[in-house]
Amino acid sequence: MGSELGNSPMGNLSKRERWLLKGGRVIDPVNSRDGAFDLLIDGDRIVRVGRDLPVEGGVSVVEVPAGLVICPGLIDMHVHLREPGQEHKETVATGTAAAVAGGFTAVACMPNTIPVNDNAGVTRFILTKAAEASLARVYPIGAVSRGQQGEQLADIAELKEAGCVAVTDDGRPVATALLMRRALEYTSMYDMPVIEHCEEQTLKGDGVAHEGFHASALGLRGIPAEAESIMALRDIALAELTRGALHIAHMSARQTLDAVRWGKSRGANVTCEVTPHHFVLTDAMLGAPTAYDTNVKMNPPLREAADRDAMLAGLADGSVDVIATDHAPHHYDEKRVEFDHAPFGITGLETAVSLCFDRLVHTGVVSLSRLIELLTVNPARVLRVNGGSLSEGAPADISILAPDMTVTVSAAAMRSKSRNTPFDGWTLRGGVAATVVGGRSVYVDKNAMLGHCG
Amino acid sequence: MSQVMDADRMSRALTRISHEILERNRGTDDLALIGIRTRGVPLARRIAHTLHGINHEEVHTGALDITLYRDDLMRHAVGPQPLIRKTEIPFSIDDKRILLVDDVLYTGRTIRAALDALIDFGRPKAIQLIVMVDRGHRELPIKADYVGKNLPTSLSQSVQVHLQEIDGRDEVEIQES
Amino acid sequence: MKKDLLSINDLTRDDIYLILDTAEAMREVGERPIKKVPTLRGRTIVNLFYEPSTRTRTSFEIAEKRLSADTLNIAVATSSVLKGETLVDTALNIEAMAPDMIVLRHASSGAGHLLSRICRSRIINAGDGMHEHPTQALLDAFTIREHKKRLDGLKVAIVGDLLHSRVLRSNVLLLTTLGACVWVSGPATLVPRGMDQLGIRVTTSVDEAVADADVIMMLRIQQERMQGAYFPSIREYFTTFGMTRERVARAKPDVIIMHPGPMNRGVEIASDVADGPYSVILQQVANGVAVRMAVLYLLAGEPEVAD
Repeated sequence: MGSELGNSPMGNLSKRERWLLKGGRVIDPVNSRDGAFDLLIDGDRIVRVGRDLPVEGGVSVVEVPAGLVICPGLIDMHVHLREPGQEHKETVATGTAAAVAGGFTAVACMPNTIPVNDNAGVTRFILTKAAEASLARVYPIGAVSRGQQGEQLADIAELKEAGCVAVTDDGRPVATALLMRRALEYTSMYDMPVIEHCEEQTLKGDGVAHEGFHASALGLRGIPAEAESIMALRDIALAELTRGALHIAHMSARQTLDAVRWGKSRGANVTCEVTPHHFVLTDAMLGAPTAYDTNVKMNPPLREAADRDAMLAGLADGSVDVIATDHAPHHYDEKRVEFDHAPFGITGLETAVSLCFDRLVHTGVVSLSRLIELLTVNPARVLRVNGGSLSEGAPADISILAPDMTVTVSAAAMRSKSRNTPFDGWTLRGGVAATVVGGRSVYVDKNAMLGHCG
Repeated sequence: MSQVMDADRMSRALTRISHEILERNRGTDDLALIGIRTRGVPLARRIAHTLHGINHEEVHTGALDITLYRDDLMRHAVGPQPLIRKTEIPFSIDDKRILLVDDVLYTGRTIRAALDALIDFGRPKAIQLIVMVDRGHRELPIKADYVGKNLPTSLSQSVQVHLQEIDGRDEVEIQES
Repeated sequence: MKKDLLSINDLTRDDIYLILDTAEAMREVGERPIKKVPTLRGRTIVNLFYEPSTRTRTSFEIAEKRLSADTLNIAVATSSVLKGETLVDTALNIEAMAPDMIVLRHASSGAGHLLSRICRSRIINAGDGMHEHPTQALLDAFTIREHKKRLDGLKVAIVGDLLHSRVLRSNVLLLTTLGACVWVSGPATLVPRGMDQLGIRVTTSVDEAVADADVIMMLRIQQERMQGAYFPSIREYFTTFGMTRERVARAKPDVIIMHPGPMNRGVEIASDVADGPYSVILQQVANGVAVRMAVLYLLAGEPEVAD
């Protein structure tokens, strides 16, 4: 139910220069704001924030229905856009369309494309595609090592200069402790984090699911939690040694969270993220409702209830810094195979906000304000990008969310090219009303913006 | 429900049939009784016992389950498969005069299945049919050689033969369905 | 009964007894001079085997032919899977020719589940990866019942590579459903996580497992396991876990020794035990045909509407 342009309350605004967002509850933790504030937008910037701003001439007014929440544009710092090289799964255009439909004004995209993003050429290509699509902002993440092969460092300074905000060999861990040490030392010169996919590869072996009762019962090769936590411990120790910035991607195991807490307590510069599926689902999904459903296969895998609960606790107590989706689109044919042979990964951009509202806010695990920290304030901080706040002078990247909207997830209706989600058919409470990037509305749910939140 | 034969009449019918068997077949040397499960089996045993009582010769007796040969197996309405019980024919049927025994002869399809089964076991010299009740309505050209009672029925009725060994009493009943 | 037989969990206790009782009757068919009944005449059954198997495939084929079904054997070489058609496409192509049943053996756990979501034909799991091998467990139970007259209360010891064994999983589910007391034993490196949650006893001491056992079931050790560093050598495996006469002597005097086959003599089982007086291994094979006939017969009826 969205449109970028047209006769919606915000559709014509893309042509206007100055407009006033009135009503709705503004939650802006960076500026300690939570309440009824108006935002005056001029071009691509927020120029004024205040209560009951006067309406001047030449300024259009958008009345935000009661109950909606206005927050700094959400940032998903872990997304696979698949372009260049795997356009059958997703492109920058379809991926950013999915992003804005999911309420995200910016995404950071992973370098495991074909070719790998280990040079300025690929980085610029991605940025060009993003500009053409002109939907969500795209912050490319470059590779740690050339070709992500884990042997030699990639030209990280060149990557930064071309526009990369971080480096990772995601899909794999950084191959050796030595290389990780070098990467952390090197990136510290450029104020970039190293994002790590924590996985001790010999322990992971040819595993396809979390090593536990359910995998055993179903005869699936297991991946122990320690495959993740051992690597996290290695990397946190190296972060301490080098004083580099380490960000642990898609954390799934309680042992890993314990390691992060330990590292933070010792002053290591470590942050971490959790995906919605890791704080919602468990490995019981392997057997039911659909046994061997490949839409339940991802890496790191869904773990036990104790791990899921540990993630919830970490989100609540601040040990977890970021929620990121690890949006990993795969073509229908690729997933319609034996569990062993299916690629790892599920989509996430278009289900994240609803899952966060339904399973975190409405259940009382985190407050709305904390959720916004997890979805935008902290990602902006970790990536060192301009975002995460509705300050005067900030870019007008705004997410308008509907906490009480009833959403029925429909894979067929998604803007992503791929349909691999385990949440198809789920009914959730909470959704996206509109997404504004640089002052332009790029996604609008007409019903929600007119006040019908059915 | 009404009773058509009581225990006494059934007993006398079986005795009569046993004498008829001896009359039509010279001796019991090459005779064998095979009861069709379930109720044909105790009937066959009783006949064997009565024959033994008359001429002091043992007659081979066997049990045949015809479920696997039924022609309506894969055509019945939604539901589980009929239960199969064991077939026990511990002797060769080649060149024997087989006396098939069943409780009720109706459409004849059970007997057709039994004939198919027997052919797979060997090549008997002859097959004769003994039934306690012949209720008519044949759908195949099958006839009984020895009948306990001829009982004209309508299609809406059902005939139940109860036997001591299985049902705890000897009785033939007819019932409106 | 359900439309497909993918796991022992698809069967209720009553279903299991029904299969075992029906198998008794089916066994008798194999004792006749003409080992054939017309029951599944006109039915088409496809044996789709992605893993090589002489024993199981032959057993199914004989069972199908004894019931007068038309059988079609498709042995898929692994390389053609990698190069060509997906399992789904292969199954859909077969399905287009309207078989009544597909008997599937595949290297991936859950392959049968994938097919059952796509095909109308009934799917019988003849072994999927490390997951299950339901008809093996059924014929094992049939064999045990034949010798011991019952299953509940028996001590059954299953020894070997527990981690990779589909025979183990099916047997554990079936034996616990029928009330047997199951002990499993193997090297610690080969014990799957969560085994203790299945209501069985787990021990790395094979001597403890076989003490006073009524039944000893040996599982195959695959020689390739040494690559995964699961145990140091065949020699050491045989010493610590092999079934020898001395170990058998710890069991009950009327113990029976079972093995799903094929055996590795001198690895998991000593030759004199395999060929000894307690071994019922060959009877298992013979019973396999009767049990599979029972399964085919019972699954061939129309499935129940409410499932």
